[in-house]
This record gives sequence, structure tokens and C-alpha cells, in this order.
Amino acid sequence: MALTDVRVAPPEPEPAAEITDRARHERRLGLILSAPAFVVMVFVTAYPLVYAVVLSLYNYRLTDPAGREFVGLGNYATVLTDPVWWSDFGTTLIITVVSVAVELVLGFAFAFVMYRVIRGRSWVRTGILIPYGIVTVVSAYIWQFAFQLDSGFVNQWFGLGDFNFFGERWSALFVIILSEIWKTTPFISLLLLAGLVQVPEEMQEAARVDGATAWQRLWRVTLPNMKAAIMVALLFRTLDAWRIFDNPFIMTRGANDTETLSFLAYRQNVTLVNLGAGSAVSVLLFLTVVVIAFIFVKGFRTDLSQVRGDR
Amino acid sequence: MSRRTATAAALLLAASMLSACGDDGGVPTITWYINPDNGGQARLAERCAADAGGTYRVDVQVLPNDASQQREQLVRRLAAKDSSIDVMSLDPPFVAEFANAGFLRPFDQADATALTDGVLRGPLQTASWKDQLVAAPFWANTQLLWYRKSVAEAAGVDPASPAFTWDEMIRTAAGQNKVVGVQANRYEGYMVWINALVTSAGGEIISDVEAGKDATPTIDSEAGDKAAAIVGGLARSPAVPPAMSTMGEEEARSAFQSDAGAFMVNWPYVYNAAKESVAAGGITQQTFDDIAWARFPRVDAGLPSKPPLGGINLAVSAFTTHAEQTLDLVRCATSLPNNVEYMLDAGNPAARGAAYDDPRVREAYPMADVIRQSINDAGPRPITPYYNDVSTSVQITWHPATDVTAPATPDESAAFMSDVLQGKRLL
Repeated sequence: MALTDVRVAPPEPEPAAEITDRARHERRLGLILSAPAFVVMVFVTAYPLVYAVVLSLYNYRLTDPAGREFVGLGNYATVLTDPVWWSDFGTTLIITVVSVAVELVLGFAFAFVMYRVIRGRSWVRTGILIPYGIVTVVSAYIWQFAFQLDSGFVNQWFGLGDFNFFGERWSALFVIILSEIWKTTPFISLLLLAGLVQVPEEMQEAARVDGATAWQRLWRVTLPNMKAAIMVALLFRTLDAWRIFDNPFIMTRGANDTETLSFLAYRQNVTLVNLGAGSAVSVLLFLTVVVIAFIFVKGFRTDLSQVRGDR
Repeated sequence: MSRRTATAAALLLAASMLSACGDDGGVPTITWYINPDNGGQARLAERCAADAGGTYRVDVQVLPNDASQQREQLVRRLAAKDSSIDVMSLDPPFVAEFANAGFLRPFDQADATALTDGVLRGPLQTASWKDQLVAAPFWANTQLLWYRKSVAEAAGVDPASPAFTWDEMIRTAAGQNKVVGVQANRYEGYMVWINALVTSAGGEIISDVEAGKDATPTIDSEAGDKAAAIVGGLARSPAVPPAMSTMGEEEARSAFQSDAGAFMVNWPYVYNAAKESVAAGGITQQTFDDIAWARFPRVDAGLPSKPPLGGINLAVSAFTTHAEQTLDLVRCATSLPNNVEYMLDAGNPAARGAAYDDPRVREAYPMADVIRQSINDAGPRPITPYYNDVSTSVQITWHPATDVTAPATPDESAAFMSDVLQGKRLL
């Protein structure tokens, strides 16, 4: 990511400490308007969250209620020292890093196309957005059928004979990531398009007058002015990719080390009804998401208010 | 469509949905969750409802194909105390787990006597938990040794004799440049094979099962070592089948039907499958006529083998609201005449011994006596509420077969199983 070494204009100085009456009023109105949503969120998510934390302190099988025992943080120790967790962690990391990196580049290309296209603009936009409108499970099946030995056409097209894509870890991950990229690139390109639209045309013109090449304009004008939008897009996609479940679940059932962290949580909770360890995995998954968000917001100074596009 | 018609349609739809799950005319509808078959259970349900003179109706719901997904769906519903399940077709290894969780309604003494009368010993063992009958044996399955007469003759051995042990069989196949078909992919079928070897050697994979997660793994025993020597020995011998580590029932069958086929352990369905294969031009009539069968081979020449056990038990949900009618259905579906009918219709062997004396069964199944004897003497998979953990632990530590050695593999298996049960390791 060469974005970090781009000089960014210093942020506007903070307004003076005294807030006008009007601003205070607006702030209060904002809080009141968002309160109902906040209350509902807490109501709906707090109970399951707290319950999961409580469950994670027990060694408890749903089908063996009598065998329930308190183990404190034992489940966390078990999970964090277990090769299964780390192998799934690695798989999730690979899928996230590769798919988000590729999607960022592709998403940019699509965003530029959508931005610059003159004729058939709505057709182009619709075409680019179609994959995003497809249910993830369905798209997982589509890619599985395309690559499978019995129904697939990919091997025929590329003369791969009887290569079993889902029989090995790396080839299976390749298909999983490909499907993920196909499905979610439209999302990232939409966010980037929103950022692109915000870059003032005057700046571009001024740069052109100064004799900047297209390449220079991209790196010196467009990207620095889009930094906030890029970071938001990256944050959303990273969190999304980190929770990937459908593709490995449909395509490989987690075989050959293609199991992800969400899948592990599902398997412990639903298949093995191992609610203690399963809840510990879920809580740890939640914590990793918090860490990722924290790194983006604090580390890369992602400004979430940019999403509103009001600056 | 005008708004009024839409409202009327919605009301109609709602009404029809309500009546579908309510009791209209006072006749309760019993919901039976079945494992997929050829429609035999649905026909059985129809017959039983008709015989009951209209005191109940049966609604048959089909579960997924895969046994572990069947379990997943049932556990999810029963954990939520779903009263829309009245009776279910249950894989025997899951009975203990469901009963222990309080999902199953135990049968009272009178029913228990009637439901187990004349049932073969194998399925009988899988139907109880803590000395209570919680499931009614419906049909049972077992594996036989399938062999090619020509190979046995050429080697001068008799696969039906007690002296024809696993070691002898692997030696014979290797000497004839042929293969032994088994199930050694990382799935439940592999556990079935390993369990049969361990129990045939006189041991068991885990003991003291009523202690739940404090049960004692006993796979690290002499019996476990013998089983490991056979599994690893076959994988490293010239008789190893092609792609043994991904071999399931069907792969074993195709290896057995090929020119390299000599021996195979497999369920009885392979006989009819081979017959169909002749009709479809897959194998020649000569090859089919060359196929013979015997009881599952011994591990120890001095100890009768304990063949694998499969099948289906019928269990009544603890949350049923139609207990009486559901019990009627279970009694009817598992009765001796219906055992015979289902065996002839769906091709699944009966749980009651007397069914094998029926002339129609004897005609359809030339190996009826061996199947009956095998089911009776079968060694069930561990009967424990933690069956899933036990089975998966074994599958993980024993795969691939090439790396299996005694005593290292059984020792590792026992340690891992113990850790998993205690919550110290993840599966």
C-alpha cells in the first residue's frame, strides 16, 4: 500500500472550543434522533453477547446438561493454544488479505469506469453491480459448479484435465477467494465511486493547467483527496472478509485446511453443540473484529464521518 | 389483483396453513422425520394410518441425506423443544446423546417388552440408555465379507472358515496380486471399520460411557493395537486398494468389481448394486457369478468376529403432544410383518430375527442367514452421549491409514479423545 507515503493536506483546524447555541442544539437533536436505533441495537444484541460471554466460561454440551461445569477462562486458553484455531486464523487471514487487496485495485478500475463512462452509464453500473445482488450462498454454488469435476467447465476451458480444485488447500482457497472477489468488488467500487465524486473538479483542472500527467494527477490529486473514502471502503471490506463463512461451507465443508474462524464457531456451536468452547470462539472472533476496527480507526485514522460525504 | 382479492387470498392461505398444523375434525397429524429412503417409510406410514382406522394421520418429513446433517437438524429443533416432531428415524450412534439430553420419551415396561420381543441382539444394544428403552429397533444393517470365488480357489483358502483372519486375507490378496476393499476415507465409515476391528479383537474404543465426558478411552489396548496393525498393515502391503485414504463404500465396490478385486468388507446393498451393474453393462455376468459372501473376518482366529452395525431406530420425541397415537405408529411400523414388508420394499434388513424366515425374504436375499447372524453378533459403535467427539477423534488420529502404527496410533488416539472430551482440545 503506497497510500501512506502520500502527502495529505493537514486537516482543517478544529473550530474554537466555545460551541454556539445552535451547534449545541443540533448535537442534542442528533442524539435524540439516533437514540431509538441505539436502544434497539443494545436491546437486540446485548443479551446474546452477554449470554455468549457467560457460556464461554463453562465446559458445557447442549446434549449433556448434567455435565456442565464452570471452567473460568479455561476455554479461552484451550482455544488460543489449539492448532485448529491458529490454522483457521491463518486461513481467514490469507483470504482477507488477498481478496481485499485484489478488490481494492479492481474496485478502483470499476469506479473509474462508472465515473467516466459517457454512454450507457446506467447499463454499465447495473452490469457491475449484478454480482453484488446475488445471495452469497448462490454465488458460492455457482463457482462450485463451475470448478467441480463432474459439472465444471473450467478444466475444459483451460485444458486442466481432471484437476480437482477442491481436493487441495491452495487450489480450493483460490476458488474461494475468486468467488469472494467476484461477489464483493462491486461493493468496494461503489464506496470508491462515492469518494471519487467528492474530488473537486477544479483541483483536477488546476493540476492539468500546471502540466501534471494523468498518472501524477491520480497519485497527487485524486488519491490524497479520496483517502478517507478509501480507508472506509477498506475497513468495511476487511471486516466483511474476516467473517467469511458461506464459500468454504458450501464448497469444501472446511476440508483440506480451508476452514475459517466463522466456520469454526459454527462447527463448535451447532455441529458439536459444544457451547462453552463454541462461545469462546465466537467471543474471540468478536474481539478480533474489534481489534481490526480499532487499528483502522485509530492506527490509520479512518474518518467514518466521511461516509456521509458532507465535507 | 385488487386489494380485496389479495386480502381474501391471504386469509385463505393463512387459514389453510393453520388447518395444516392444527387438528381438524379431531384427527391428530403425527409428524415423522425420516432418513431418505426409496419411499418405503412413507408407504409404511400410509399403511399404519389406514390400519389404525383413521385415528391419526401421518405427515412424513425427509431429513438430509448425510447422517451428521440429520443429527444437526434434529438437535437444533429438539433443543428448542419443537413439538412439531413426534417421531424420528434415528441413526443408532445418536440414540445415547439424544436420550441423555432428554430429547426422547422412554417407553414404558409393557411397550418395551413388545417392541424388543424377537429383536436381534445387535440393534437391541443400541436402543437403550441407562437401562431404559428409548428407541424401537426398526431395521438393522451389517457388513459382510465379499470375495471372488476364483481368487479364493486359486489361493486354496476358505473365506468362511474361522482361520481366515484379516492377516490371512491380506496375505492371500497380496499373493494373488489383488486388493482388499475397505472404507478408509476420513468419514464415519472409517470409524465403522476401526470399531469392528477393535471389538472383534475383544476390546472397545471407550468404556465407562455413563460417566459422560469422564469416560475412559480404551482404544490404547491390545485390541486397539491389533486393529492398528491391520489398518496400517493393509495400507503398507501390496494388497492396498487404489486411493485407500479416500475410499468410501462406492470406491471399495468399484475396486472389488475391477479385475484386481479379491476381497471387500461392505454393506449388503453391494449385491444388488452389482446386479444392476451387470444390467447396465458395467461388469460381466461372469464377474457377478464370481461374487460370494461370508461373515466379517476375524481379527483373532480364536474369537468370533463382531461385524459392524448400522440401521435405524424409531424414537419418540419427549415434546410430542400426541404420545398415544405416536406410540401406535411406532408399534405398527416396527411390527414383524412390516419388518418383512420394509425389507422387501426398501431393501433394508429387518431388526427382528423371525423376518429372515419369511420365504419371500429368503428368495430376495440369498445371504439372509449370514446377515441375520451378523446383525445378532454385531459390535455396536460406542454407545455414549459424546459419540460425535469419539468418532471424530478416531477419524482424525487414524487418518491416513498409511501412517497408522501400533502402539503409537492407538495411544495418540486415546490421549486426543480424552483431551477433546475434557474440553482441552478442539475438534
